[in-house]
Amino acid sequence: MIHPIPPGTRDILPDEMRELRRLHLAMVDVFERHGYGEVATPAIEYDEVLARGDGRTADSAYRFFDERGDLLALRSDMTVPIARLAASRYAGAEPPLRLCYLANAFRAVRPQRGQMREFAQAGVELIGTPAPEGTVEVVEVLEATLDAAGLNRAVIGLGDADLYRQLLTELGIEGAARDSLLERLAGHDLVGLEGELSGLEGVGDEQIATCIALSQLRGGREVLEEARSLGGAAVERATARLGETLGALEARGVADRVQVDLGLLRDLGYYSGAILEVYDPALGHVLGGGGRYDGLLKRFGLDLPAAGFALYLERVHVAQMEKEARGGDST
Amino acid sequence: MSVEVAGAVRAKAEGPLKLAVPRGALLGETLDALDAIGIETAEVRGESRSLIFEGDGIVLVTMRPSDVPTYVEAGAADVGITGKDVLLEQADRVVYELLDLGFGRCRMVLAGRVGDEKLGEAQRRLGMMRIATKYPRTAERHFEEAGRQVEVIEVKGSVELAPLIGLADGIVDLVATGRTLEENDLEVREEIVECTARFVANRVAHKLRAAEVDELTAKLRETTAS
Repeated sequence: MIHPIPPGTRDILPDEMRELRRLHLAMVDVFERHGYGEVATPAIEYDEVLARGDGRTADSAYRFFDERGDLLALRSDMTVPIARLAASRYAGAEPPLRLCYLANAFRAVRPQRGQMREFAQAGVELIGTPAPEGTVEVVEVLEATLDAAGLNRAVIGLGDADLYRQLLTELGIEGAARDSLLERLAGHDLVGLEGELSGLEGVGDEQIATCIALSQLRGGREVLEEARSLGGAAVERATARLGETLGALEARGVADRVQVDLGLLRDLGYYSGAILEVYDPALGHVLGGGGRYDGLLKRFGLDLPAAGFALYLERVHVAQMEKEARGGDST
Repeated sequence: MSVEVAGAVRAKAEGPLKLAVPRGALLGETLDALDAIGIETAEVRGESRSLIFEGDGIVLVTMRPSDVPTYVEAGAADVGITGKDVLLEQADRVVYELLDLGFGRCRMVLAGRVGDEKLGEAQRRLGMMRIATKYPRTAERHFEEAGRQVEVIEVKGSVELAPLIGLADGIVDLVATGRTLEENDLEVREEIVECTARFVANRVAHKLRAAEVDELTAKLRETTAS
């Protein structure tokens, strides 16, 4: 008899489980070697506590009442629960804190898209080390993790979360108009972006061209110069921050796989400063991402800078298999 | 905005760049645009029943316009060309819309029978219009934004039929010349949005094959601007 399970969930059978376990162990081994201790947190938390971390993403898809009538939610990522854990359990500890996890998180799915309702993420959180050193360490661990998974062709996009918020403020665009433009920028809807910008008062053709050109700048160090030539205080600040991070990455010898991307904008509301995204040529979707969230811990009462990344375990596995299917050349 | 969610996706950003080309109404002008930027299209124009055409440094993959976002989102095609009507209807697909190509211009409209007051009447007396369409999500969004209640009925074939035999009070459909409407005794009541062909890219291809995608975008921008 066939008994259904909800779309976007799945059973994992022994063959796959063995491979996932191997991958999991290889990744956690890298984390441990870099001094990151593995933690687990409950899959269900108080909705109110998760919402403190990020009002936007905490509109968790799965909320329910417990026997006392308290509102509970399934976590949609691990960064917010770990911020909660760090603030509650390590408030007096000497920073930095190095924590890692492999855990399942839960999100809503759109039908017939092969999206997962429940998915495994592996990642690290470095709490208490400011930019750029903290960012560099996180990138270093990320590269080691990708290597351990055999994905040596993966590319890490490096962007700045504050760039467009500040750029739009500089242009005098606030409120709903700004949010809408940020959404267009995040989705690289350039046609919509141009249309919306040209409908705003006080925004000229030059500013529109700047915005669009900026969002398409990605590559090596040279794009920082190109960006700077487009002008503006917000761009100046963002490129200075990116330049500093890139310099520190170069000094540490971990800049080779980093692509500077002025168009990068992550959906999650808690990011500030450097943001990361991971791509692999074997996959049409991102493998994971991360970045700095210097303001997040403060919302839980522990005012420390922080950074981290998370990789989707199943996607890393798919990329690994694709690579093997191609003869697994590791050059 | 979409929150990315882990999914089992097997696509590859390797080999020559794959361009999804829409068959149907947009095909002619799409091929003209590709010719203009030096991409060989003679084979696609020929009698061949193939779906995949390998050219010099680029592979053209022909498909229904409404499949283009599906292939591009998954990375099975790196870039593609399709109508804005398709992108609006599949607004939850994550593809980068890089360029308005300007051709294939048409309008998404609300239409009713000539001289027929049923649309307004239904709204006033029943508080609800019945609208037949091939674009249910676009139609729903439009009426929702205007705060009007409608019952959207999705049909797959000739949507003009619906108001003629009483399935719906009106239709939401794409209109290029307006001839089909006229022939069926229908008239435009409201314009919802103007649609043209758009150049879209997969988000990973946009990052990992930046130079190729940018070059193609720049060339297309040049030809469509002239």
